[in-house]
Formats: sequence, structure tokens, C-alpha cells
Amino acid sequence: MSDAPKTDDTDVTVADAEVTEIEAPEVPAPPPGVPITVNGETVHATPGRMLIDACEDAGVYVPRFCYHPRMTPVGMCRMCLVEVDTGRGPALQPSCMLTVSDGMIVDTESEATKKAQDGVLELLLINHPLDCPVCDKGGECPLQDQTMSYGPGESRFIEEKRHFEKPIPINDNVFLDRERCILCDRCTRFAQEVAGDPLIHFIDRGNNTQVNTFPDDPFSSHFSGNTVQICPVGALTAKPYRFKARPWDLTEIESTYPNAMGDRITIQSSRNEVLRYLGVDSDAVNWGWLADRDRFSFESTMNEARLTAPLVRGGGLGAPDPAGAELVGSTWSAALAQVAAALDAARVNPSSIGVIGGARLTNEGQYAWAKLAKGVLGTDNVDAQLGDGIPADVLCALPRATIAEACAPGGTVVIIGTDPKEELGTLYLRLRHAAIHDDVKLIELTATETGLSRQASMSLRVRPGDLGVVADAIVRGDETAEIGLTSTADIAAAHAALNAADQVTVIVGSGSLAEHTALTVEAINAFASRSKVKFLSALRRGNVHGAIDLGLAPGLLPGRTSLEAGRSWFNDKWPTTPAETGHDTAAMLAAAATGKIDVLVLLGADPLIDFPDPELARAGLAGARMVVAVDLFANDSVYAFADVVLPAAACGEKSGSHTNLEGRVSAVRQKVTPPGTARADWMIAAEVAMHLGEDLGFESSTEVTDEIAAVSPLHAHATAAAIEDAADGVLLGNASTGGPARFVWQDLGAPSPATPLDRYSFRLCIDRTMYDHGTLTLSAPSLAPLAAPGSVRLHPSDANALGVVDGSAVRLSSKRASVEGPVVVDARVARGVAAIAHNHAGLDARALIELDAPVTDIRIETL
Amino acid sequence: MARLSEASLRIAHEILGRYPRKKSALIPLLHLAQEQHGWVTDDAMTHIAELVEVTPAEVLGTCSFYEMFKRSPVGKFRINICHGISCHLLGAEELLEHAEHTLGVRPGSVTEDQISFEGVECIAACTEAPCLQVNYRYMNKVDADGFDALVSGLRDGSVYIPPHGTLALSRQVIPEDRAAGNAMVDDPSAPSWWPVEEGEA
Repeated sequence: MSDAPKTDDTDVTVADAEVTEIEAPEVPAPPPGVPITVNGETVHATPGRMLIDACEDAGVYVPRFCYHPRMTPVGMCRMCLVEVDTGRGPALQPSCMLTVSDGMIVDTESEATKKAQDGVLELLLINHPLDCPVCDKGGECPLQDQTMSYGPGESRFIEEKRHFEKPIPINDNVFLDRERCILCDRCTRFAQEVAGDPLIHFIDRGNNTQVNTFPDDPFSSHFSGNTVQICPVGALTAKPYRFKARPWDLTEIESTYPNAMGDRITIQSSRNEVLRYLGVDSDAVNWGWLADRDRFSFESTMNEARLTAPLVRGGGLGAPDPAGAELVGSTWSAALAQVAAALDAARVNPSSIGVIGGARLTNEGQYAWAKLAKGVLGTDNVDAQLGDGIPADVLCALPRATIAEACAPGGTVVIIGTDPKEELGTLYLRLRHAAIHDDVKLIELTATETGLSRQASMSLRVRPGDLGVVADAIVRGDETAEIGLTSTADIAAAHAALNAADQVTVIVGSGSLAEHTALTVEAINAFASRSKVKFLSALRRGNVHGAIDLGLAPGLLPGRTSLEAGRSWFNDKWPTTPAETGHDTAAMLAAAATGKIDVLVLLGADPLIDFPDPELARAGLAGARMVVAVDLFANDSVYAFADVVLPAAACGEKSGSHTNLEGRVSAVRQKVTPPGTARADWMIAAEVAMHLGEDLGFESSTEVTDEIAAVSPLHAHATAAAIEDAADGVLLGNASTGGPARFVWQDLGAPSPATPLDRYSFRLCIDRTMYDHGTLTLSAPSLAPLAAPGSVRLHPSDANALGVVDGSAVRLSSKRASVEGPVVVDARVARGVAAIAHNHAGLDARALIELDAPVTDIRIETL
Repeated sequence: MARLSEASLRIAHEILGRYPRKKSALIPLLHLAQEQHGWVTDDAMTHIAELVEVTPAEVLGTCSFYEMFKRSPVGKFRINICHGISCHLLGAEELLEHAEHTLGVRPGSVTEDQISFEGVECIAACTEAPCLQVNYRYMNKVDADGFDALVSGLRDGSVYIPPHGTLALSRQVIPEDRAAGNAMVDDPSAPSWWPVEEGEA
């Protein structure tokens, strides 16, 4: 009886292996593997594969603690000892340190193996406290589970266990209980190998080995939460989850985190409350890792300050009164009626309607709002970016790379205008791994050193404003003079590296807020002229790539097609299409400031904080006759200027799909109900349409997904069913699949010359950090304290010349304004550059920006 | 407390110059730091971390592995009483207890007049058991009276023990042309001092 299913298992495994071979045609006839015997069954495994994995492939699980498939095996815990015979008789060997070889005979159930497992577990339990009933890990603990399955059942040890101070914080969010630690080296290996922040280490090695930080030097890594997820015991616990639930009370669903990487996550909740996000090991995307900002951000969606009911500006009993000082509670019907009335009046002149934002939405929400704005109301004044990104038509014309292509062994990656460690956490982890293990050459052209500088084969400092010229010189290779900070030798070396490279991936960030977008576009233009180049846009705002793909940008229609090219195609599918190309956010705000916008819709946008010119944002919001906000929170712009506020559902409260930076559409699933009467964004668009007497034509999220697939040739394969079935999502790709013409890159010619910097000035660079005063960070209690106060970062020699030290107060003056703030001396900043992180408390440098100039130079005076 | 002094820093840079990878200088620099105060301060570890470009946690990880790097203050005279097998059999434990009574402090602590003592593993003088070291100077076949005489000698200065051990007596000098230098270890070209065989290019 017992033989039959085993035979079936073997058949399935072999069949699977064959299917995999057929699905990967680009690999020329991979070896079928060598035969090995696992518990009496012969299976085939690839030579070089770790035995522990080969056994798992064969359906035999080998218990383990220290082994983690995404990290170097170290053989610390000895739990995976199995009896292996390679021709010299059977012997116990750790299967995580042994690669498969021809004819290997493995027995994971022999007497010797069982005795070894008993012994290892008895040893580990000598010092491990049996406080499982009060331990957060109890119920999902590998040590607990494996002791049950493989352990001796009792211990001979009667002496005292090791004692340490019970849990100590190793950073703001992670606690370490050294008594529970079994010294598997997973967290320390993660810190060293994966995150590159080796701030926790084994100390007092010997009898008293413990994991700890250096005194007063916390484990301040952007990725510390991952150590909690991979800890095989309850030694590391995360503050946001401590003592909140027992694993058996949790239910879970797999979803996609709404960041630009589209990290795959598991949302776990209990009693309609999200308690934890865990990373899912998706080969294509995040490899199981998450940045702490994303991992702990569920706190913000659970924040009591969330909007739970529509609000209108008005007097008593929710009576609308545009002049009212306060937002007061209202009902959906009243609020929608008010919005619909305003839109109905404004739609005679569609250009008097504007929509700003939409990057927070799912693809479905974005499409529904794009269809409402462009296909029903006929306005093209729609922009998901707030003047702080890269123009959508530029992005749409660039061939999109995938993360896998960028990280492919031996490749070359150029990074401009972003620090992935600060902006896109898991992209940084993937690139770091590729640079260290897969010989990927990183060439970064940035104004400050980035988190990847130590891994980069070339890290060139480029002053803001010079990027276009430097990129052009590097691509052409005929530069004879240095450009700003960048030396001739560096340019020549980068040119040689680029020439030697075959496929190149350019990762383009949005650059400094104080640098005109045209300069980033010039740099893109230089690289786009090269053959065999692909791009990854490192815009960080949520689902911004979905927004661009679905037409939430002026002059665009869903499917990365232009208004002109797609008009006839969409005229058959939508009630109408915009008659003329609309305004971007800056132009919309300018129009609103002069009274030309009747209804301005903010889709999860906060122009007062995010738009580069706060004065124009304020004037625009004040000048729009009616501001409608669809948001999770009453952020600054909403609180001060919205006339109607419609509460929206957040991550975990809505289903649909998400597009990441490489154009991968993956499933977003609902786990809990939205607070109060908040609802999904596509529903709000559909309701508004209904109140206008129109029908958007869908009644469920899957119907929206399918309509996207039906109307956008780019999304033809991304049907609801396909997204649901694909574990790694559906890659949209670049290939044209019929329908309207796509954007094609058109050479812009030579870049504008570098802007000289006089010796008394500093070039302003406004960059971004992982933790800032963004709404989601601020409303998550565990993340809010991590945002550092605002400061101006200067190179040590510049600080010396100015006579300032850490903390000195200085006045920064541009032609436009003056602001004051403290100095931080930072050797990572290039000389002559004043770097200020955007959106930090105490120093808003946006006032300094000269918006029409390519760059802003400032003077610094000590106070 | 204290980072590396100006003088130590000059030596530190010389030491750093000997190794292709800065990290290799970690242990010599810890010795250097220990010379300054007789023990390695947290600030010195942070300073070394900056010099060799690793995190302070990594320096601590290495430093805490080695018994002979002290991470708390020690006396001017450090007495290491061996309690390896041979010494143990010939009365080391009794000697340790006697030392506690004589000095009035627990092992690992420092007396007011800057004497500290502790039990150490075998110091490789088993034929002379029970033995001890004062600043790594051997004293053989020490009994209770011998220990008392040693301590009073240290106190009144009649026993001269150079500050050797916590402070290096002689410094290693490596000529510049023989130092590997800060180079890429992956660089296949041999260091300049590598003997070139006859007939080789």
C-alpha cells in the first residue's frame, strides 16, 4: 500500500523536471542531472545543488534551522545531518553543506540520522527556555515543530540554563531574547550578506556566544524586520507584532505590497485587524525580503485617524458650505451628489476638470478613474506624478528591463538619479546580491554616494545639472575635459566599461527635486542612443507604473499609447476621449491658481508636501473652485483645501492588481474590510459616474481587470484569471501586440551644457530618504520616530571651509528665498553640493528651488 | 573613553599599510589599542572600525573572542595564575583562593594599587607548576608565601616587572618594500618583494 503513492510522487517529480526544461528554451539542453538515491528512491538532481534542496525536490524534507536558501550555507546548527554514502560507506554529513554528486546514496530516516537529530535537538534545548506558552513564535516555531517531529522527547540535562537579560531592543522595532537564541547565524548572516549592515554580530564567542550589537550602536538597518521573519526561534521579535496574536488565530492571504517593486507579501490578520506583513519568496521580485518601512506600514492602515466616512466642508448637519472652516461628517449619497453636481456643471468645459495623483491606487482604481476622467468627462488634465518624477511619455518610450535582466550574471547596470537603498529597498537588495555574487557591474552617476557605492565597480560623483553632459560624454567617449566634478579619467573609464558591456540596464530615478526634469531626460537620451540598452524607472511612489500604463498622465491613454495614436481605438470603447492634450500637475495647479479649474480631484495626493513648489500648490488648491479628495487620511492638502473628502480603502482592504517598475502585474487581495464606509477607489469612480448618469460598465474588481485586458493591447494577457493563477504575476513586456501605436524614443540631440558653479555657491540637491514625513510613515507609530530631523549635508572639506561642524545652524539662500537649518557633515556628499533630504521635519528646502532654472545654486552663511 | 592617540594613530596607519585588505589589520590594531590603557575601550573599537572600514559590532565580535583582549580596566600589574591540569593538581586553586585573600579582590578585579589577577588556562610551563605570569613574565613553582612576597615586592617596587604584555616591549618593523600594501588581493600580480625565479619574466 505504502509503495504506490511513493511511486506516484517520484513520477510527478520527474515530470516536473521535464516540464521545467521545456519552459526554458534559451538554456541550451540542460543536463538532466545525476541520479542520487534518497531513502531508497532514485531521483535526478542537478550537480552542484545542495543536498538539502535536492532532498526537498524529491519530496523529502530535511529538518534545518540555519539553512536559508537565499543565504550562504554555514552548517551552524547541524540539524540537517543525514547519512550519506558516496562510495566510502555511510557517514553523517550536514546536507546544507554538501552538493549533490553522481550515485550519492542518502538516508534521511536511518537509525544514525535519527540519533543525530535527537542529539542535536537535545543539545539545542539545553539552553533554550521552554517558555513557549508566552513566546510569540509558539505555534509557528521551527524549533518547536521539529522537536515534536524529530526530537528525543526528553532531555538528560538537569543543570541551569544560560541566562541573559530578557529581551533587549537591538533597534527601535526589533527585540532580541538571547536566552531563546540557538545561534543559527541567520540574522547575523542576513545583516552581513544580504542587507550589508553588519551591526549585529556574534560576540563573546565560546561558551557564552551571543548575538548582540556594539554598545549604543543599534541595528539601524532599513531591513531589520527580515531578521525577525527568518529567526527559527522566538529570539527576535518585532515590536509591532509582539504579544498581539497567536499564530493559530491568524488567517492569511497572499498579496502585493503597493510599492514600486511590487513586493510579494502575506497579509496576516485576526478579527479583521491586520497584524503582520511577511515577505513572500518570489523569485522574480523580492526573494522574501521586505524593507521595514513596508513591513511595518500596516500600522498606518490600522491607524484610528483613517477616514471612515465622507466629509464635506460645511456647517451644521453636514450641509455643504464651501466657505465653511471645518470638514464635517457627511454621507456617501450627499457627498457624491455634491461631487457629481460640480462635475456635471464643469464637464461642458472638460479642461476645467483636473485629476492629480493616483499612484496609491490599484490598477483597477487607476483605470476606473482614467476612464471617468478621460473617457466620460473628456478631460486630459490627469497626472499621477506631482512634478517630482519623470514625464510619462518619456518613460513610455523606453524599453523596459526586468529586475531579472538587470541582475543577470555578468551584466552592467547604470544607476542615475536614485539611491535604491533609500528609495526602493528590495531593489537595493537584489542589485547588491547581483553585484557581489553574479559579477554584475554597477556604474553609478550620483551627487552623493549611495547604499550601493561600496559594491559599485564605478561610483562617479556628478554634480546636479551635469548629468546630461556626463552621460553623453560617457556614451560617446570623446570628452577631453572634466565636467564639473567628474574627471576625464572617470569618464573614459566609464566609457570603456560601457563599451565592454553587452546588455546594459539603466536604472533611472527621479533625481534631485531641485534639478529640472529635462536634465534627467537628457541623461536618459544619452543612454537611449546606445543599442542593447533597457531601462528600469526607479520612481518610488506606490503603483506609479500602473498609473502610467493605464493613462493617468496628460497625453496618455491606457496601454502606454498617446492620446493621438489611441484616440480612434478608444473612441470605440469609451463614451468619449479628450479633445486636446491636457496639463500636467504643475500646469494644472497654475491654471487652478488663475481660476481656470472648477473641479480638482486629489487621488491620494498631497501637493502641499510633494509638489516641488509649495507656494504654487497652495495657490492652486485655493484657486480651484472645488477640491475633491479621495484619500486614506486627511493630509495637509486635504485638511486645508478639500471641499469633499471620500474615504478610500487601503492595502489589504481591496482586491485588484498592481504593476511594478518592470511592468509585472500581480494580484492584490483583500484581507480585511475597510474602516467605516471607506471603499475601493474604482467603486468611488463608478459611483461618481452613476451620479452623473453614466455607467462605467463594471461591477466588480475582476470585471475592471478584464476590461483593462480587453481595451489595452499591452494588458491583453493580464486578465483577472491569468493574474490570479500566476504566482509571480504577469509581465506586460515591451512587444507590441497590435492596437494603437506605442511611443518610440526620439533622439533629443546634444544635451544642454553643464551649468558652472561659482566658488562661493553650493549646488542644491534635494534627495529622498527611506523614512520621511510621508503620510504612511507618520501614521505608523513604529516608523514615525525613524524619520531624522531635516538637515543640510555637506562634504567635510566644505564644512571645514565654512567653519561649521555637525549641528551648526546655517542660513541657506537662493535667489528666491532663505531657509535655516542644521548642518550634518557627511563624506558621502560630493564637494560643492548641499544635499537636503526632502520632507523632513524642520527644514523644507523646496522654497529655495528656482523652478525655471535647470539647477538651483545657494549660498550658505553661518548663524 | 579614549580613541587611539595621535602617536598610536601614526603606528596604526603604518600597520594598515602592511595588508592588502584593511580588515586584516584588525587584530594588530586591537593590540595597539590595548597598549594605550592596558585594555581595549569601546571608543578605541569604534576608532578601529573606522580605520579598517568595518562596523564596530564586527570589531567587538573579533575582540571579544580573544581572552587576552581585555574589555574592562586592568591593573598596572596583571597576574595570570595558571590553573591548567598540571597546576591544578599541584595547588593552583588553593593559590587562587590565597591570592583573593591577599589582594582582597575577586579574580578579574583591580586593587586600589593597580594589581589585578585572574585564573588562566595552561601557560605552557607545566614542569614548573604551579606557575603564574606577571605582565607575561613567568614566576615558577609559586606557593602562598612566594605569592605574598611577589605582591609586597610589586607594592614596594623591589620587584621590577616591566610593563610588558599590555605594552609591547619591542615593535615589529616591516620595511616598506616588504609590506604587501593596500592592494586588491584579487590582483594576480605578486607583491614587489616576491622572489622572482631565474628565467621568469
